[in-house]
Amino acid sequence: MTDYIWFLAKRAALLVAVIFFGVSAAFFITHLSPIDPVETALGRISSQASFSPQAIAEMRQTLTELYGTDAPVLSQYGNFWRRLLVGDLGPSLIAFPTPAMTLVMQAMPWTVALLVISTLITFVLGNLLGGLAGYNQNNALFKSLGMLAISLQPIPYYVVAFILLILFGFVWPVLPISGGYAMTVTPGLNLPFVLSVLNHAILPALSLVLVGFGSWFLGMRALVSNIVTEDYVTYAELAGVRKSTIVGSYVMRNALIPQITGLAMTLGTVFSGTVITEEVFNYPGLGSLLIDAVFEGDYALVLAVSSISVVAVAGAIFVVDLLYPLLDPRIRSE
Amino acid sequence: MTDDILKVSDLKAYYQMNYYGNNFEVRAVDGIDMSVRRGEVYGIAGESSSGKSSFVKVLAAAIRPPLRLVSGSVRYDFAGHPIDLATADARDIEAIRWKHLSYIMQGSMSVLNPVRRIGRTFEDFASRPLNLRGRAFRDRIVAHLERLKLPAEVLQAYPHELSGGMRQRVTIGLATVCHPEFILADEPTTALDVVVQKEVLKLLRDIQKEMGAAVIFVTHDMSVHANVADRVGIIYAGNLVEEGPTREMFSAPKHPYTAHLVASLPRIGDTAQRPALDGRPPNLAKPPPGCRFHPRCPLAVERCRREAPPLETVSPDHRTACWRWSEVAPLVDHGMRQEVVR
Amino acid sequence: MFTVLHDLVRYNIEFAIGLGLMTAIVIFAGLSFVSPVDPTMVYLAIPDQPPSAENWFGTNSRGQDLFWQLTFAFRNSLVFGFTVAILSRIISIAVGLTSGYVGGWVDRSLMFVNDIFVAIPIFPVLVLFYFVFRDDLDSFRLALIMACFGWPFDARLIRSVAMGLKHREFTRHAVFAGMSTRKILFEEHLPYVMPIIFSTFMNNMLWSIGFEVTLAVLGFTDINEPTVGTVLYWANSHSAMVVGVWWWVVIPIILVVMTFLGLFLLAVSTNEYIDPRSRLRRMGA
Ligand SMILES: Nc1ncnc2c1ncn2[C@@H]1O[C@H](COP(=O)(O)OP(=O)(O)OP(=O)(O)O)[C@@H](O)[C@H]1O
Ligand SMILES: [Mg+2]
Repeated sequence: MTDYIWFLAKRAALLVAVIFFGVSAAFFITHLSPIDPVETALGRISSQASFSPQAIAEMRQTLTELYGTDAPVLSQYGNFWRRLLVGDLGPSLIAFPTPAMTLVMQAMPWTVALLVISTLITFVLGNLLGGLAGYNQNNALFKSLGMLAISLQPIPYYVVAFILLILFGFVWPVLPISGGYAMTVTPGLNLPFVLSVLNHAILPALSLVLVGFGSWFLGMRALVSNIVTEDYVTYAELAGVRKSTIVGSYVMRNALIPQITGLAMTLGTVFSGTVITEEVFNYPGLGSLLIDAVFEGDYALVLAVSSISVVAVAGAIFVVDLLYPLLDPRIRSE
Repeated sequence: MTDDILKVSDLKAYYQMNYYGNNFEVRAVDGIDMSVRRGEVYGIAGESSSGKSSFVKVLAAAIRPPLRLVSGSVRYDFAGHPIDLATADARDIEAIRWKHLSYIMQGSMSVLNPVRRIGRTFEDFASRPLNLRGRAFRDRIVAHLERLKLPAEVLQAYPHELSGGMRQRVTIGLATVCHPEFILADEPTTALDVVVQKEVLKLLRDIQKEMGAAVIFVTHDMSVHANVADRVGIIYAGNLVEEGPTREMFSAPKHPYTAHLVASLPRIGDTAQRPALDGRPPNLAKPPPGCRFHPRCPLAVERCRREAPPLETVSPDHRTACWRWSEVAPLVDHGMRQEVVR
Repeated sequence: MFTVLHDLVRYNIEFAIGLGLMTAIVIFAGLSFVSPVDPTMVYLAIPDQPPSAENWFGTNSRGQDLFWQLTFAFRNSLVFGFTVAILSRIISIAVGLTSGYVGGWVDRSLMFVNDIFVAIPIFPVLVLFYFVFRDDLDSFRLALIMACFGWPFDARLIRSVAMGLKHREFTRHAVFAGMSTRKILFEEHLPYVMPIIFSTFMNNMLWSIGFEVTLAVLGFTDINEPTVGTVLYWANSHSAMVVGVWWWVVIPIILVVMTFLGLFLLAVSTNEYIDPRSRLRRMGA
């Protein structure tokens, strides 16, 4: 038990450290900028619509509090943390005056859903097929699947998404290539909306699955082909243990342990991939939001999206890490 | 000899190596003839990488690439199930595993699945051959573990939660629970400290007696052979070089290599300087011509360099492969060790 | 060294293919040195010409010959990837060897930092840098930033090898002979991790070039510098696929996929050469 608590404590410390350093980095990088964000923002806002001087003064005050040049950087930094903890990072520019945090929270479910579903599919599919391929090394079907994985694996998210966009947008236009749902349906819990959402998610999810599949497949295949030479597998085979038991409980089960660690380690990369894919397919998630915010020079929103991304990814990694001891009794035990 | 349960003739098994275009063979088992009688403990000795484990792997039908059976036959005469491993098909071999023939692999520390409870492992291994399930199966296992002085709680444990000695007894339990007629035990006690080792040996011996199983017991530790084996065979560089009743092997070895192995045993109160054996065992990819032992042999003559000696019978049950066996004298005066377990 | 290369080419089909692909790409990029046109100039040729005898890869809507344009693009992208790989190798070797050899709390704290870098999603961070630097974010700055993020996985790998080396005989001899830690690391251990460094070098180039493509296509780099990514950026902004100038998109994508495949095959095949277990497997099959 103490081992388990130790493990938890270490992982929790990592969680805190990642959030601390990641969010701080986001803050300080944005503060490297020589531009005065408050005046840029105000100029932009007042050029778009007319506001009462009082409203502008109020805005100036909130914005100054957020990145203001009047306070020393360190106190701004403290202030930023305080605001982040209460979930208020000021109004966004791209949808003024909606708070940046509100926009982030609206986009979040889309990204989380896309990420979770595609990661699950990829992880299960890649590990299952990779495991079987590692166990049946001379099977022609698995060999050609391996070739496919090798040729897909190195291609970056953007290029795969782009190729799919070309294929299904121009060559054979059967799937929606843009947006999260069709214009004709009303958002809510109704069948046409759900179907439309699913339909729109196919291409983004497919491109994430295609890219991710290769590395799980190849990783699992390599792991399994090492594990089948382990003594405990050979021994079980010699004792005539049932094949399905050997593949499942002896080989795959042991290979899954490093793969779960791998899942935690790649979540950051997968998140980046999701963000990129969203942009290609104009998917209404954090990625599209981030990119819009950058183009519009929306300080508050950029900072909000990056900070929340860091927190979300670190949290997800923590959750996956918690799974690890469930799979490996060597950590769980006293 | 109708009472042989195992008869091995002219057995050759090589590791086929291919290192980026360099092909070569490691002749780990190179022409072994021997047999084992029903209910007997046959000890196999020899220094590291002489091919002991490779030989046992072949006997256990555990040949995996790069190991390859080159020639010879391995005939078991199980009750109602005579079988030649060299020609039998996979189905027949499956049918004898664990029921008739079980195997304790070298390095028992790593033969248990680290993420499976011991109880589940027992189920995987023994439920089918015993044709028992549920309560009845559990009772049977618990009774068997009791004989091995293991509490029933080990069934709930994971391998890493057990001590080395317990794990060793668990593997012995796995190999014996189905009451096989033949047990191949490859260094089952090597990693244990002396006290635990003795205990485990005694258990193995008791179980073997009780079940009347034949055992091939591999260890490079001659003192263990003195304690458990009925007969001992010495393997050197892939060849069986001498074989005989344990007592005779210790008191009157007929091969200079055996004489050295016996002489290197430590004895209480012995301060005499013992001659050490120089050199290393030969590279099995390129064994020396003639007798493979000749580069290290104090008795080697010209003939040994040219011609490999055959395994000839020198007294009942005692065979040796040495041109000058009649000149081999024990290097030290040697009684049997005192602490014989049986 | 050359016999190893020869063996790899001869007995490892993946290595041979990877080497072939990369040689082709490098030669192609090298052609930029003899280019008759300046890649930054526009409207030097008739726009939107399909591939033909005088314009092998056709021309784009900006009146540039795509063949020469792409030679520059690949040269810049390869140089970019190379820079990131070199810089991040320096960090990962330093961290990995130190961590593995020194061990103890040094190891624990370095690996903690390592884990932090692994967990931070790099894309938002890069976008943040673009947000600050805007068009000042040239290849070299981007390379510096990416190098700061491209080391943690490989540092861990090198660390595990270094931990193995630490207990080897020759290390003990070196310690008894009074060699300094730095000397042991760089003269005794570095040669052993060299193959891993090569393999991760290829992987790292692949990763950074991929990221550059992504950032550039979104317009988050200096779009006037021809790279693989900016070529695609301009194609996108002229809606090349929609108006039927397919060669502007398809040819760069084919070339870039060739590059990625080549780098990847080199990485996996050398990795396999290093790892005797996978070699043994191959032999047994
Ligand atoms: N999987 C393998 N691949 C290649 N060669 C092997 C393999 N296993 C063993 N060998 C070689 O075969 C020879 C005999 O090895 P074996 O394991 O049978 O020796 P051993 O007598 O059991 O040694 P030990 O006392 O150390 O267990 C050695 O030269 C060894 O290098
Ligand atoms: Mg052995």
